[in-house]
Amino acid sequence: MKNDLASRPWKGAEREYDLLKELVIALAVVGALVLALSFAFGSPDDKSITLQSWAKAAPSDFVATAASELGGTSGTAGYGPPYNSASDGQVIGPINLQKLGGVRIPIDAAAVFVTTPLAKVSTDPAVTTAMSQWTGASADQQAKWAGDYGDAITKAPDGDYTKVATGDYGPVPAMTAALLASAQQGSLDGVLGNQGHFFDTNYTDSLLFIADGTYLEDQARAQHLGGDQWGMMNETGSYPGQSWLWLYTFWYQVEPFSSSGNADALVWGLMMLLTLGFVIVPFIPVVRSVPRWIPVHRLIWRDYYKAHPR
Amino acid sequence: MTIDETTADAPTTWTGHLRRRFFGTFPPEKLLPETQPEYVTSWIYVFGVATIAALIFIIGSGLVLTLQGPLWYHSSSLGHFVNSTHLWSVELFFLFMVVHLWGKFWMAAWRGRRAATWITGGICFLTSVGTAFTGYVMQTNFDAQWIATQAKDGLNSVGIGAWFNVLNLGQMLLFHVALLPLVLGGIVVWHVLLVRKHGVVPPIDAIDPSDATVEGAAS
Repeated sequence: MKNDLASRPWKGAEREYDLLKELVIALAVVGALVLALSFAFGSPDDKSITLQSWAKAAPSDFVATAASELGGTSGTAGYGPPYNSASDGQVIGPINLQKLGGVRIPIDAAAVFVTTPLAKVSTDPAVTTAMSQWTGASADQQAKWAGDYGDAITKAPDGDYTKVATGDYGPVPAMTAALLASAQQGSLDGVLGNQGHFFDTNYTDSLLFIADGTYLEDQARAQHLGGDQWGMMNETGSYPGQSWLWLYTFWYQVEPFSSSGNADALVWGLMMLLTLGFVIVPFIPVVRSVPRWIPVHRLIWRDYYKAHPR
Repeated sequence: MTIDETTADAPTTWTGHLRRRFFGTFPPEKLLPETQPEYVTSWIYVFGVATIAALIFIIGSGLVLTLQGPLWYHSSSLGHFVNSTHLWSVELFFLFMVVHLWGKFWMAAWRGRRAATWITGGICFLTSVGTAFTGYVMQTNFDAQWIATQAKDGLNSVGIGAWFNVLNLGQMLLFHVALLPLVLGGIVVWHVLLVRKHGVVPPIDAIDPSDATVEGAAS
């Protein structure tokens, strides 16, 4: 009979309740809070990283990243769907939703990040010659040159690309140096990823290229925004960020997710399950009875229970 | 019999059917009541309307930001302030909504055929998370770069990123200022109408007011 009472229109005592007045008061109070918080704390707005600022601040990282794009060893080059088929991507047990999504944003890392923009920005005959040498080489040779050069940068003193050991790196040093020079001059920002349109609102290529380097992550970690620093829910400065993502971010901090190669897919799978559970709470036995067992409702409706003791 | 009486009894047009259905379900005294059951006295009830108030400030500040475009707030102190009000409206919105949701959980507010009210409330929360997220990735600053490049991995890992590309500023901008606010606004209206339709859920183990003996003894 208890459910019957809840499903019937209330026939008991009523009290005056002015919904419009309540909304107006709420608007006044919330408005005052918004203004006070905005005046007191403002909002974060750290400048974005450009290809130019990256190339100037961390030239060796830029060059090493460009070499990894040429060699097919960068994060994007080996990513898998939706950018390419270099890998199958992450799985949830036997289910591979990433592969199911398909390669819908195709990216040939070497072409998109290095050779195509270089062909657009460089008029240096030496670079043209290097590009010809690169184009004329086999894929294996290209990978060896780029891989060896990347390794040499890693082993160089301070990881400085200008101090690499002598070796056969083919045209890679010339190409990456030319790309670095154009980036430092600021000409690469308007070229990389540009599909030939006058207008552009899609920064997929530039962002993937920047994210393939370590500079972006270094800056983020310095602001405590790393994945293992609850970074997904935070933002620069001491702002609350997306605190509502705390549960999503939490799973990345604990095993088995924190060390799994399929962490993203597993966390997403788990969160989708929990989200479904949250939405259908009214139909989940036990969970839907928790409010009856833990009497927080006695506090919420204390006036009613006091006026109507059993 | 007048035309009015005829249409009132049995509408013959689609419009008439819609009017009878809507005002039959939501008569004015139900849509905008001046009283509530005696048990509607807790502070917890304030958080629903506080959430709506914060949403109004989000929409208002967002509309002001749209007047000058997504880059305005980087170079204008007024723009930056409006951006701050947008941010803090969102923070308060989520704070109020989470308290509202927890309150409704402990009240088991889905009782009495109110499951759809709970479900639409839950979908409001999820849509709000998505809307806020698209706002974070279209800030055109360092935060946007970092959040977008990190979030893409999660979305790509379950195939969503193939269609919902967080690195595509134009797509995120339109999701944030047009598509998701429309969806969220629609669900919020639906949620509020359901609350008005079913009324506020009575207390757990409430005494049936129609049972005169028990009610009399209780009072």
